[in-house]
Amino acid sequence: METKEDRELYFYLKLTREFEDRVSKLHRQGKILGGVYSGMGQEAIVVGVCYGLRREDFISPIHRDMGAFLVKGVDPKRLMAQLFGKKTGLSKGKDSFLHAGDLERGVFGSTSMLASSLPVATGAALKFRIKKEPYVAVAFFGEGASSRGDFHEALNFAGVHKLPVIYVCENNFYAYSTPQNLQMAVEDIAIRAEGYGFKGAVCSGNDLHAVMKTAHAAIDRARRGEGPTLIECKTYRYHGHSEHDQSWYRPKDELIEWESRDPIQRFEIYLEKRGNNVDQIKDETEKRVKETVDEAVRFAEESPWPDGKEALEDLYANPF
Amino acid sequence: MPTTFIKAIHDAMFEEMKRDDNVFLLGEDVGILGGAFKATEGFLQEFGAERVIDTPISESLIIGAAIGAAILGMRPIAEMQFGDFITCGYDQLINMAATLRYRHGGRAQVPMVVRAPSGAGVHGGLFHSQNPESYFLPVPGLKIVAPATAYDAKGLLKAAIRDNDPVLYFEHKYLYRRIQEEIPEEDYIVPLGKAAVRREGSDMTFITYSAMLYPSLAAADRLKAEAGMEVEVIDLRSLRPLDWETVFRSVRKTNKVVIIHEDRKTGGIGGEISARISEECFDALDGPIIRVTSEDTHYAFSPPLEEFILPNVDKILAKAKALAAY
Repeated sequence: METKEDRELYFYLKLTREFEDRVSKLHRQGKILGGVYSGMGQEAIVVGVCYGLRREDFISPIHRDMGAFLVKGVDPKRLMAQLFGKKTGLSKGKDSFLHAGDLERGVFGSTSMLASSLPVATGAALKFRIKKEPYVAVAFFGEGASSRGDFHEALNFAGVHKLPVIYVCENNFYAYSTPQNLQMAVEDIAIRAEGYGFKGAVCSGNDLHAVMKTAHAAIDRARRGEGPTLIECKTYRYHGHSEHDQSWYRPKDELIEWESRDPIQRFEIYLEKRGNNVDQIKDETEKRVKETVDEAVRFAEESPWPDGKEALEDLYANPF
Repeated sequence: MPTTFIKAIHDAMFEEMKRDDNVFLLGEDVGILGGAFKATEGFLQEFGAERVIDTPISESLIIGAAIGAAILGMRPIAEMQFGDFITCGYDQLINMAATLRYRHGGRAQVPMVVRAPSGAGVHGGLFHSQNPESYFLPVPGLKIVAPATAYDAKGLLKAAIRDNDPVLYFEHKYLYRRIQEEIPEEDYIVPLGKAAVRREGSDMTFITYSAMLYPSLAAADRLKAEAGMEVEVIDLRSLRPLDWETVFRSVRKTNKVVIIHEDRKTGGIGGEISARISEECFDALDGPIIRVTSEDTHYAFSPPLEEFILPNVDKILAKAKALAAY
């Protein structure tokens, strides 16, 4: 029989997929402007890592990590309004997509300079250490970001101080169009952890249970004061780098092969093996997901635009 | 007993760390060594390794980690060993810290200070002499201060630590042990964004900040002695926010302006000040707005080269006399 946890995990997987699918459609309809970056195919990573995190635990998601926001409890309505550039969005229209966070729920908004959130998440972990708080910081990044200096600076420092931080690499094998073999001369990014004096682990990013097992072991170790972990989740994005990208640079059969390892289908097979009525669970979940996303879209569409002059607000905490 | 500029910086941090547990230090060699310039001498012994953190050579990490801790309620003071090295953490300041509150819809604050020992005149050469303040000038979300006196060094640093925004604190190395004065024992701050009128005058205004205050004051004294001129000298102290009110009031009084700074002319803050004065006080001007700055070159090492590059009393005097005769 399915447990409450299974139901919730399945809901978040499906919600992430549906939310992103709707965003892609809205983008094609011209209702969402600017860059849209889909994490479709990678849902098991963010759901698996974030499920069970505490509110105070700090996460810094990147552009394909919509699910991380949702699992961490960010209101889907405000998240959708953010994508629309509406006043009710997380950044009140100041920036698009995932550059806004919700610090009340421990979600940090990153920048477009990939890997630059790794030092920041490390600083959050430093705060937990200094204040002796039992929380962890989780930094998400792609394999492309691991080529930047900030990756090294952050992991090196975290290793020295055994900080409670988990670095989660979502290796989807392409930095925009650049394949992994042109990005680095190693196969597994996780082996780099050894150079920083802590553990690395590789898992299938399309297998929710593999992600959860790996991530939760790392989170438990961090909470016990045993230091950081570098987790590498092998995965694949179904869409191009952004919605404008047809990703012709990837071999056709590659996508088909990865679709056969779809994280949601895989979880459905697991549910079935546990003796559940999957069709029924699926219907119920899809109904709930559709209602949530419909409501979010309605809220975003009905929300007001910001006034032009609001562009001058929110620059300083102590204005002059 | 007189307090040196560097001791004032030391004392400001020490007192703030005593006052507030959330204040902590991180930077290269700030702990065991007590800082390359001894600004943090004795801090490790007093506050322990949890609050005085010797970092690897990683400016991006130093600034980025300060940001991460600051948004969760800490008040980090990050030291760039030399102001020149701030470029290695540039992305963290420009894209991460400066935009953070804005893109979080006003629901985040970054109460941190980045200390940057800057400036020339000590034969530091190309990479230990720069005045990087103008690199940051156009960036909203950051605050920039540059004290000239020991009193201000302490008061501005305390204000910066207590401020809820990221503050870049440019401290001029040349002043560290050359400047000293009696400063109050009791706690005080110098508010961000307020200039100081160091010398009253009605014939001409000198606008300056940081180490260039001293040759500016010396030139003003000589103009009084040699030509009977009364020069008003404004020490900006804060570069963003900049105290335009004090600047414009003085220009309307004296009608002639010389801007003196150690940073290079092209793209330096003097250009911005000049343009604003033109926009706001054009009717009041009795001559062109003159700048005395470093030459548009790198801060060369050899003494004759460095001397040639930097502004000095004679250069200020020559320009001011030419303007007076305009």
